[in-house]
Amino acid sequence: MTAPVRAAALARAHSPGAALDQLAAGPLSHPYFQHALLAGTAIAAACGLVGYFLVLRAQVFTGDALSHTAFTGALGALALGYDLRLGLYATCVVVALLLGTLGSGAKADDVAIGSLFSWTLGMGVFFLTVYTTTRSTANGGAGTSVLFGSIFGLSSGQAWLAAAVGAAVCAALLALARPLLFASIDPDVAAARGLPVRALGYGFLVLVGVCAAEATQAIGSLLLLGLLAAPAGAAHRLTDRPYRALALAPILAVAEVVAGLGLGYAVPDLPPSFAVVATATAVYAAAYTVRPVAAAHARRTGRRRPADLPVFPLTDTGNPDRTTPSIRR
Amino acid sequence: MRVVELASGGFSWNPVSDVTQMWAYPFMVNAFRAGAIVAVLAGCVGWFLVLRRQTFAGHSLAMVGFPGAAGATLIGVSASAGYFGFCVAAALVLAALPRAGRHSGGAEAALTGTVQAFLLACGYLFVALYKGFLNGVNALLFGSFLGITTDQVLVLFVVAAAALAGLAAVGRPLLFASADPDVAAARGVPVRALGTVFLVLVGATAAEVGQITGSLLVFALLVMPAATAQALTARPALGLALSVLLALAATWLGLVAAYYSPYPIGFYVSTFAFGGYVLARAGSGTLRTVRRLS
Repeated sequence: MTAPVRAAALARAHSPGAALDQLAAGPLSHPYFQHALLAGTAIAAACGLVGYFLVLRAQVFTGDALSHTAFTGALGALALGYDLRLGLYATCVVVALLLGTLGSGAKADDVAIGSLFSWTLGMGVFFLTVYTTTRSTANGGAGTSVLFGSIFGLSSGQAWLAAAVGAAVCAALLALARPLLFASIDPDVAAARGLPVRALGYGFLVLVGVCAAEATQAIGSLLLLGLLAAPAGAAHRLTDRPYRALALAPILAVAEVVAGLGLGYAVPDLPPSFAVVATATAVYAAAYTVRPVAAAHARRTGRRRPADLPVFPLTDTGNPDRTTPSIRR
Repeated sequence: MRVVELASGGFSWNPVSDVTQMWAYPFMVNAFRAGAIVAVLAGCVGWFLVLRRQTFAGHSLAMVGFPGAAGATLIGVSASAGYFGFCVAAALVLAALPRAGRHSGGAEAALTGTVQAFLLACGYLFVALYKGFLNGVNALLFGSFLGITTDQVLVLFVVAAAALAGLAAVGRPLLFASADPDVAAARGVPVRALGTVFLVLVGATAAEVGQITGSLLVFALLVMPAATAQALTARPALGLALSVLLALAATWLGLVAAYYSPYPIGFYVSTFAFGGYVLARAGSGTLRTVRRLS
């Protein structure tokens, strides 16, 4: 912020638009921050939605495995001389489908997933070494920036691409939301009613793959899990109603990313990806303290859920008034 | 690594001369010693870990080693202290949580995942605050065998001996509690206390393994050899021995390969261990099919 701008901002400190002006003169005047905000918002919304279903389907660690393969895909593409994003998207989607076939019913088993992604990471280090030792134009920090993201380093093209992909993932998930909810909560009944449960599972894994690939560019493959798990976990914690939680997860995610970016801007020593994950973790922790209070309040006032609303057994929080799962059809 | 190779000639396919040549360097001797200690401990603890289906607890505990080591470096304490302190503390936290892990449903997995991401982010923050240490990130995450001192080997040995003694002490009841927790609890076995003790042992093991393979590749030594052994045999004694043997083979072969090539040890150890796992799974699958057909 230059001195005249600051003076002007101070002069109008009491006018209603002062905060906005200050914001426009501060972080928002920098193109890198605008790009980060644009990409971050879209990525956060996609991660929030995908994360909601990952938590619901108890597949959080599948997201973790995917986020690890993102590292290998990116560095493999770099080592072979291709664009980093090509490798990212290709590996993530392929591995997502592979994970679906490893286990029965598109849910894979522990040791197989863990071994596969551990080895994939090992391959990533191999590619990192190949890349840094053979390419003369190699960027020595490539490994670190894939692992921990470089959201403040996005170009305008990358930011718009991230925004477009994020919007597409959100749109696809919203279109699939109803059948996917049904198939996630009661796969047997859903299959009996003619829903293609397996195909939905695979389709969802593809979306997880695309989302992981995209988010890797912003907050890094290692920290992606925080953005997938924390807002969704908080949303699951705050409400039992699926559509409300489905809306809450992306809203929380976007708010956390924006707050994290702001924090990263305000305190230059803080890496922005740390600030985002720290904010998300803080919100999740807050959701943990809020929930028991709300439950106690509901018990005191004897308020019950209206009988005609769908009740899903989302989390086992020991809520005594939970009825048997019923889905309004 | 390259420098060493140029100074002493390449791989000659003559095992005796290769080994004498490698062991001419004290750091290589220390690396082999440390690798052996870590592999034996990981093979034993990992076998129980796979049996109890807690592999992701091991993975999460190992990740904690990264912020531990980075934080210790930042405040000027030895990285080993950071590894052990953070991993064992995280094991105690994990034991205190109701039931964390993959099989306990989405909500607990979300909690584990969030904590894991937050800790990794903290590690990155420590690294960023400790400027000029960015190259160390790769060593912390993906392992390094260079510069292991005799003191470090001693620390690894003492901790591994203590952990193995602890495992031997609780081994029999732990096997019972792992195989059938309900019956074990009915017979008066303290299932919960055993679980806590075991998680602390896993924490110590993850800290040790992390110092060789790096925090991200602990799965390679802790889980893969054990999973391979269990795919081959269901008998405890044989499985434990096989698990130790496989872990040792992966580590030592990884060390040799890493010594003669520019690629990091984490890559080799995970590749050898994963290759063994895939072969074992494929082999036992084919064997079962053949038996069913005949």
